[in-house]
Amino acid sequence: MLRILKKILTTGVVTERFSLRSHAAGHGNVDELEQLGIQVKRHIDKKFSGSIAIRQVDAGSCNGCELEIHALNNPFYDIERFGVHFVASPRHADVLLVTGPVSRHMQTALLRTYEATPNPKWVVAAGDCAACGGEFGVSYASCGAVSNVIPVDAVIPGCPPTPLALMKGLLELMSAKK
Amino acid sequence: MSSSNWTTDFLSLLSRDITVTRIDTSPVIVWQIESHAWQRFAELAMLQNLRWAAGWAEQAQNRFLINSCFEKQGEYVLLRASIDDANPELPSQATVYPAANRSERHTQDMFGIRFIGHPDNRRWTRHQAWTENSYPLRKDFPVQGTPVGITAPDMHYPFIKSHGAGVYEIPVGPVHAGIIEPGHFRFQAVGELILNLEERLGYVHKGMEKIAEGRTPESLARLAGRVSGDTTVGHCWAACMAMEQASGVVIPPRAALIRGILAERERIANHMGDIGAICNDVAFVFAQMQFTRLRELWLRTNATVFGHRLLMDRIVPGGVACDLSEASCSLIKKDIVELRKELAEVILALDLNSSLEDRLYTAGFLSEDTAAAYGTLGYVGRASGQDKDVRRDTPYPPYDQIKVKVALETQGDIASRFWVRYKEIMAALHMIEDFIDQLVAGDIRSEWQMPASGSEGLGIVEGWRGEIVCYVRFDADDKIARFYPRDPSQLNWPALEKLVLNNIVPDFPVCNKSLNGSYSGNDL
Ligand code: SF4
Repeated sequence: MLRILKKILTTGVVTERFSLRSHAAGHGNVDELEQLGIQVKRHIDKKFSGSIAIRQVDAGSCNGCELEIHALNNPFYDIERFGVHFVASPRHADVLLVTGPVSRHMQTALLRTYEATPNPKWVVAAGDCAACGGEFGVSYASCGAVSNVIPVDAVIPGCPPTPLALMKGLLELMSAKK
Repeated sequence: MSSSNWTTDFLSLLSRDITVTRIDTSPVIVWQIESHAWQRFAELAMLQNLRWAAGWAEQAQNRFLINSCFEKQGEYVLLRASIDDANPELPSQATVYPAANRSERHTQDMFGIRFIGHPDNRRWTRHQAWTENSYPLRKDFPVQGTPVGITAPDMHYPFIKSHGAGVYEIPVGPVHAGIIEPGHFRFQAVGELILNLEERLGYVHKGMEKIAEGRTPESLARLAGRVSGDTTVGHCWAACMAMEQASGVVIPPRAALIRGILAERERIANHMGDIGAICNDVAFVFAQMQFTRLRELWLRTNATVFGHRLLMDRIVPGGVACDLSEASCSLIKKDIVELRKELAEVILALDLNSSLEDRLYTAGFLSEDTAAAYGTLGYVGRASGQDKDVRRDTPYPPYDQIKVKVALETQGDIASRFWVRYKEIMAALHMIEDFIDQLVAGDIRSEWQMPASGSEGLGIVEGWRGEIVCYVRFDADDKIARFYPRDPSQLNWPALEKLVLNNIVPDFPVCNKSLNGSYSGNDL
């Protein structure tokens, strides 16, 4: 137990000490992340009474996009502090964050998830595959872009989009919504 | 590595029963046999302790070529039979090798080839996106298929039933509660105890084998890098190795070393993520936070040094797409020193934690026998005594220049898988340092040479999940005729059905995470 406490204390709060190490531009800039976060939070406070619930749906991705969405919850990004949280059911969600080209085998599941999400709801297509079909396109097995299956409100390009790109995409969605 | 004597002995043993034609034109060792001897070969192979590693088919004019890849003592042999497409059937090998079960079902769905005597010939990869009597990997099947408006859900799949007082079923998925890939699990339980688990995968089938046809080498490498995003380096390497073998291209030594660094970085990133997630699944959030933090730092160095957090598209046919500067090398080395220090602190806290001990030891037990029977690979196999690692057993550059230490445990529980992964991180850190120390000056990419039409290659590498087998055949004009990547998940998923038995349902997530199969890599 002492060891755990010691490690927690010596690790400190990485969430704020963002510029501890200098990393490539666009991959970990303290100001950019903080500012983005503050803007996200402002929109969420105004339009969603303080928090927004996201249900992530992998509709056929290669799992690369999921890795970066996961990263949003690591202590560096800690997206929950801005009022964004991931929920376990579409019934609790304001936003569906959909990745992958929609595989035909997932088409009905995605439609049902969409229907199970209460109105008003928004759909974000995250990653090149979700945006336009990406490397997989449309085929006997793939419906391609998410917008070929359900209405899409915002698109976040990237293969996969970085955590910062995902944050920006969410912000764009919220600034565009009335 | 022991000498390849077994092939000579085995061939002479086979000759009493089966006529084997050696095809020597190919860079791969191919043994062609009559299709009726397909199962007999498997029986003899089993007696000689050959391991079944992969299986696939391809269509050539009016025939089908069926392939099974076997391994023993680091030596791989490709067994092949050619059958007439008018009556495409041959005896199953899955009766002898359970590992071949799903692979044969995949071939049955994609080519319409029947495996006679198969213990379970229900459909596998096919749900409802194409009809029962059409086969996507046949040449006359258009890549666009003939989709209807909305593909129906696969409602009538005949799951195994169980009856009896108190037995109930829990269907889970395809859409799961967390941020993970889709698939369906059907549990039968009594009280909290899992009686049976049946996996139903195929939800993220994206037609990768089909859309690979006609691609250029560059374009195939990109696709291979997306077979399973977490294994982008592994699959891309295997595909490039297969293509390079087919075309006779030798990659520069510097490129091989950089590939090694990329692959070990991928291994470490995934193991750190998973170790954190395993701890999270037993509510030990401290470790989850520490490991996701360390993983994030690691990925940022990837971005700085290689220009991509997950290292996608860094390996290209003939070499690598990015060089390593002196500054990058020292950054990587500095990072390693820091990571070691941090891991030492965190792991001590984990090792002494009683709640982890309570939840991880003895849970999710996979016996050595089951692991051997199912050909379980990578850290899952190595935690159950399967002492296999391509990097050591069939070393390819740059692993032929270093000593590869293989982590091994024999308890077969979640804790063993946890510790194997931890040891693999430590070993991989050493390897990266070795590769950097050995980094020779020179080119990072050899010039591509167009392979002759019909050339084939087999790329076999140790991805972070275990052995990846990738087969490539070329058409004329540098175009891909056949691409088949066998992700280790294909062989590891069945192990999950076994290792959850007699565990309680609430322990399923941690059992699953300790194995962490790729859905995309399995479904293709
Ligand atoms: S956008 Fe890239 S990372 Fe995301 S699912 Fe598609 S191929 Fe994978």
